Amino acid sequence: MLRGDARGRVPDWGGGHSGRSGRRRRRPCCRGDAGLSICRGFQTEKDSLRSLTVSTMIHSLFLINSSGDIFLEKHWKSVVSRSVCDYFFEAQERATEAENVPPVIPTPHHYLLSVYRHKIFFVAVIQTEVPPLFVIEFLHRVVDTFQDYFGVCSEPVIKDNVVVVYEVLEEMLDNGFPLATESNILKELIKPPTILRTVVNTITGSTNVGDQLPTGQLSVVPWRRTGVKYTNNEAYFDVIEEIDAIIDKSGSTITAEIQGVIDACVKLTGMPDLTLSFMNPRLLDDVSFHPCVRFKRWESERILSFIPPDGNFRLLSYHVSAQNLVAIPVYVKHNISFRDSSSLGRFEITVGPKQTMGKTIEGVTVTSQMPRGVLNMSLTPSQGTHTFDPVTKMLSWDVGKINPQKLPSLKGTMSLQAGASKPDENPTINLQFKIQQLAISGLKVNRLDMYGEKYKPFKGIKYMTKAGKFQVRT
Amino acid sequence: MSAAPAYNEDKGGSAGPGEPEYGHDPASGGIFSSDYKRHDDLKAMLDTNKDSLKLEAMKRIVAMIARGKNASDLFPAVVKNVACKNIEVKKLVYVYLVRYAEEQQDLALLSISTFQRGLKDPNQLIRASALRVLSSIRVPIIVPIMMLAIKEAASDMSPYVRKTAAHAIPKLYSLDSDQKDQLIEVIEKLLADKTTLVAGSVVMAFEEVCPERIDLIHKNYRKLCNLLIDVEEWGQVVIISMLTRYARTQFLSPTQNESLLEENSEKAFYGSEEDEAKGPGSEEAASTALPARKPYVMDPDHRLLLRNTKPLLQSRSAAVVMAVAQLYFHLAPKAEVGVIAKALVRLLRSHSEVQYVVLQNVATMSIKRRGMFEPYLKSFYIRSTDPTQIKILKLEVLTNLANETNIPTVLREFQTYIRSMDKDFVAATIQAIGRCATNIGRVRDTCLNGLVQLLSNRDELVVAESVVVIKKLLQMQPAQHGEIIKHLAKLTDNIQVPMARASILWLIGEYCEHVPRIAPDVLRKMAKSFTAEEDIVKLQVINLAAKLYLTNSKQTKLLTQYVLSLAKYDQNYDIRDRARFTRQLIVPSEQGGALSRHAKKLFLAPKPAPVLESSFKDRDHFQLGSLSHLLNAKATGYQELPDWPEEAPDPSVRNVEVPEWTKCSNREKRKEKEKPFYSDSEGESGPTESADSDPESESESESKSSSESGSGESSSESDNEDQEEDEEKGRSSESEQSEEEGKKKKMKKRKKVPEGQEGGLSSDEGSDSSSSSSESEMTSETEEEQVEPASWRKKTPPSSKSAPAAKEVSLLDLEDFTPASVQPVSPPTVVSTSLAADLEGLTLTDSPLVPSLLSPVSGAGRQELLHRVAGEGLAVDYTFSRQPFSGDPHMVSVHIHFSNSSDTPIKALHLGTPKLPPGISIQEFPEIESLAPGESATVVMGINFCDSTQAANFQLCTQTRQFYVSIQPPVGELMAPVFLSENEFKKEQGLQGGR
Repeated sequence: MLRGDARGRVPDWGGGHSGRSGRRRRRPCCRGDAGLSICRGFQTEKDSLRSLTVSTMIHSLFLINSSGDIFLEKHWKSVVSRSVCDYFFEAQERATEAENVPPVIPTPHHYLLSVYRHKIFFVAVIQTEVPPLFVIEFLHRVVDTFQDYFGVCSEPVIKDNVVVVYEVLEEMLDNGFPLATESNILKELIKPPTILRTVVNTITGSTNVGDQLPTGQLSVVPWRRTGVKYTNNEAYFDVIEEIDAIIDKSGSTITAEIQGVIDACVKLTGMPDLTLSFMNPRLLDDVSFHPCVRFKRWESERILSFIPPDGNFRLLSYHVSAQNLVAIPVYVKHNISFRDSSSLGRFEITVGPKQTMGKTIEGVTVTSQMPRGVLNMSLTPSQGTHTFDPVTKMLSWDVGKINPQKLPSLKGTMSLQAGASKPDENPTINLQFKIQQLAISGLKVNRLDMYGEKYKPFKGIKYMTKAGKFQVRT
Repeated sequence: MSAAPAYNEDKGGSAGPGEPEYGHDPASGGIFSSDYKRHDDLKAMLDTNKDSLKLEAMKRIVAMIARGKNASDLFPAVVKNVACKNIEVKKLVYVYLVRYAEEQQDLALLSISTFQRGLKDPNQLIRASALRVLSSIRVPIIVPIMMLAIKEAASDMSPYVRKTAAHAIPKLYSLDSDQKDQLIEVIEKLLADKTTLVAGSVVMAFEEVCPERIDLIHKNYRKLCNLLIDVEEWGQVVIISMLTRYARTQFLSPTQNESLLEENSEKAFYGSEEDEAKGPGSEEAASTALPARKPYVMDPDHRLLLRNTKPLLQSRSAAVVMAVAQLYFHLAPKAEVGVIAKALVRLLRSHSEVQYVVLQNVATMSIKRRGMFEPYLKSFYIRSTDPTQIKILKLEVLTNLANETNIPTVLREFQTYIRSMDKDFVAATIQAIGRCATNIGRVRDTCLNGLVQLLSNRDELVVAESVVVIKKLLQMQPAQHGEIIKHLAKLTDNIQVPMARASILWLIGEYCEHVPRIAPDVLRKMAKSFTAEEDIVKLQVINLAAKLYLTNSKQTKLLTQYVLSLAKYDQNYDIRDRARFTRQLIVPSEQGGALSRHAKKLFLAPKPAPVLESSFKDRDHFQLGSLSHLLNAKATGYQELPDWPEEAPDPSVRNVEVPEWTKCSNREKRKEKEKPFYSDSEGESGPTESADSDPESESESESKSSSESGSGESSSESDNEDQEEDEEKGRSSESEQSEEEGKKKKMKKRKKVPEGQEGGLSSDEGSDSSSSSSESEMTSETEEEQVEPASWRKKTPPSSKSAPAAKEVSLLDLEDFTPASVQPVSPPTVVSTSLAADLEGLTLTDSPLVPSLLSPVSGAGRQELLHRVAGEGLAVDYTFSRQPFSGDPHMVSVHIHFSNSSDTPIKALHLGTPKLPPGISIQEFPEIESLAPGESATVVMGINFCDSTQAANFQLCTQTRQFYVSIQPPVGELMAPVFLSENEFKKEQGLQGGR
């Protein structure tokens, strides 16, 4: 009787492209007319059209691994058949490379928005207009949360923790709209799995699920839970700057920018209120903050004032104003030549320090995508190790530390496809390096003060400069 | 013994004998045996009393759901556990229910009573999750129960539960849209909620259920603007996009002013004459003349929105930054849109998906506002490691940004791109070069030469693309390029890409008079290979043949006929049709001929050069940042961004019963100014000299105090009245000096503030949660509002009749003097004007010193000229001092207060070249050499507004920056005092009709 009634109200249209979802989408149509008559006068025709498609933001989520298996699906409303992913696979095939899959794929009834991280595609299915960045940002947040929970975000880990993943996803979205995305709040609702807890739980029968509303959820500092206790109170800040640069053939800089972040690891008891000030805040041209930073205070005094979240978080990311000339700490001398006649090419690169403020350059890696015509390379490095993958044509050279007295170099020949004409493009060289204890922009933290708590915390600040997207064109 | 054969029969052949565990359950035979077996043990586990077993079973079931396996047959077993004490089991049961309830509706009903009980639980988390599940199970029969639950939850004590209620609204609506009216009521109620937790969710519900009910937003508009910064990121995105739409319906276009400026100036001129004709003091005349002219003034609420969203450009969330960016793009005046560029460029460092979306939007923006992204040109340079789709988008942006000055660098970049290994990208680069060449005439030849060089590239795709682009370029100036055409003609032997072949053939046909010898030869070759060509090439061969036949029939007549005959029997009907049509046209038959006489005109007509346009050109009719914009197609549920209204709807609908701290609307400002004007003239006509200054000073101090009462200082105001009066007198005698004093005092005061703040900070913050509000002014104001709503409710009623209590006094005063002439003063949001100014820099300190330190200048009528956020620390306010300007009697003297809230001195403050409407002139103030941090200074400048209310636009220059500011005078400030006796006044008044 009940069932009959329910059926009557939900006519089964069937036969739609994606079965159930088709039905859901259309069902309001049959109501639309009735609905219109009771609508108030100001509802125009366009509006009534709008009302046909009431839907949620994120309908479903599919996790797809690199071999094209859907290994997890979650629906926040009616189930969307996984056949919808066929459109995604089609696009994936067309794109050849994973990173070229368009983030937004329209299909007849849905839109697929995807992000690709850790060799997993996170595909969200939506039905109606929604800002695409909203969904993309959310998907990235999901990945970050998984990483936060399990240390790494990979297919086996997700499969092993599928229940926790499911519980977390359930909390993150309600009806397709984000509900709790702060990691602090989530961790109070669903505790991350640890070996110890698993053991304890099996013995005592307690659960991973919190039964109280996380304290952060209601407070004005949702990013921090109350009742945090540490025996050693410590706050560490890492100022990490990355140099993005394009260096042209002749060694002159085409574009160079410094992007920096301040990552913090704060383990402080209670509700500490921190202020962080810089010696030279004017260097910071464009900044974006963790929500905990008080914007007004920064506006007026250029001081970072905040109640920190517990644990690791990114306090600030900044861009150093373009007026400042960027000191490029390394140079690359290169001589890569192909000859038309012979099937051999010469290859020689040398890396050396330039403006390093007296610091050593470490962790140097050189990678380069060689032209398709290159069959193999026989090279000898003066230090470090190198590999060349003849399939992907990727050369990588792990240099290590640069000794200014004895510059590392990599010399040798390339064997080219016989008979083929010489490649008309030269490879670009990508560089990675690290310089400890140096912020290349000259940014300096002045002091860190704590208010609101009585104890004396241990404070530490570390500087580091890294190569971001550092390219040398040859 | 008798059971044995039956058992064997039952099992059939599928399951072998000797599996005794099946024996007791004959029904579970058949091919699904193993499946049933597994589910059976799950069922058994769910039926036990042990929580750990139940939990284990539920975990396995959830894992099945996650993998997409069907677990629906377990429904009865699972649903029993909905009331389980173990919270994790319960949660997993919820997960299961939400997934399968729709399929097993009547069984799902068994769980309803548990949820209903859960809705009354003292634990807010349980209340909330009960509501969540109840609203998620999509069983239409429980719609009334859901409705009831939502209504109840909407007035729950816990904001978290209210948030859940907001989430449940769209769920119910999609289940049963008949409930719309009731749901709108709930939405209306929740919209009034003051917690940030609820705000985002309820706006989301609003957008889903009733986006057309824009009227529901009016009363909450200012609150939403002010709460915005504290709402969580997802809510911010939804609120911002809703407010964008709202603003488009409620405010006037900020850009209309610029386009109308020229036309307007003339009208304004006449307008001012009109004013003069009617004589000064004729208020009616002024107020009726004004609306006709309508100079654009940004609605203060519009400004509030822009101001409050700007800090969010610093958000870590790309979605929020994009939302603010589109808001600025669609709503902000041209001069202010630039601020979003930096933030958008920052997003280019983010994940590639984010880059993809942002670049799409930047591409659209850069067509309309090229200048905005020009400084960031280099940020769009392409790296070899970028994914192809990103490269192509960056290329698009670079092309859009190319102009006369930067084209050399851009072309040099393009040159490196052409050598890339990524061929799709190279092709796109060639297209981009073509576009640069068409857009920038200066480099056309350079580009053309470069492209011709590419014709000898080994890669055929590159050559083909070049040909296509060269064709387009040649069309612009064919005469000079015979050589290139010849070169292209040679290429037909080698190049295979159909599009390129077609392009070459078309070129040769079109310009056959430039290559008279080669053209027939090309046709000969093509005739030979005709059957093997692609359709697109065949069509062009026919074209070429026809054109040659018309110009050079002697050589090509036979060839043409051959080609046409071949085409006649082609498989493609399009080609057959074309051949038939062409033959009729060019080969005159005996009876036809009317058309063939014009064949030459038809085929050889000069053709307009193609315009190479960005594919992003017209995308901006979609709201930026939307899915529809990204796809360049209307997505389901996309709502058009409405056009600006011609006439601004009534702004007073947004007035709430509590005071707003925004600037009042133009009209109200004017009223404010008029009042002192009257008191002025009255006072001066008074009998004694000593009484002269009294009314004025009193009314001023009064109005000021009324404004201050908002800052909680009204109690101390009366004590200071004397002091203020003294100062008032001092000011009238030696105005400069007192200003100097006032300035110093203000400085002291400003200095005090941060200390107070800091104190409050360190004590409050640690102790409780209200701390986050301490910094954001807006929040502190919100609190203020919450603290004394009762007192304010009285003060700002919607109708004009009852003025605020503090105000009342001054109004009454006036009425005593001029009983007949007082115009109904509209709701004095006036109060809030100066309240805003006061609160801006000063927080509420209870220190009794503060009020007495207030200089008379600083109090009433302060208007913001430059907000300190926009001014990078430099805050500028202005007041009309209502004194004659010493230099020129026609000028209105304006006091400009500078204060430096940055941490660096601001140097060389002076006026830049003013851009003034005709008739308006400015007397500059002496340059301020340097303004130390925290210091403030006041200068006097004169503006001759030429009796119009046109804004005086000018630049404020510091050593490093320029700020565009404008001062718009209220009518009252333009009037000069006139002596009138009471009788004279009455007489004048009698002449004015229509009171």
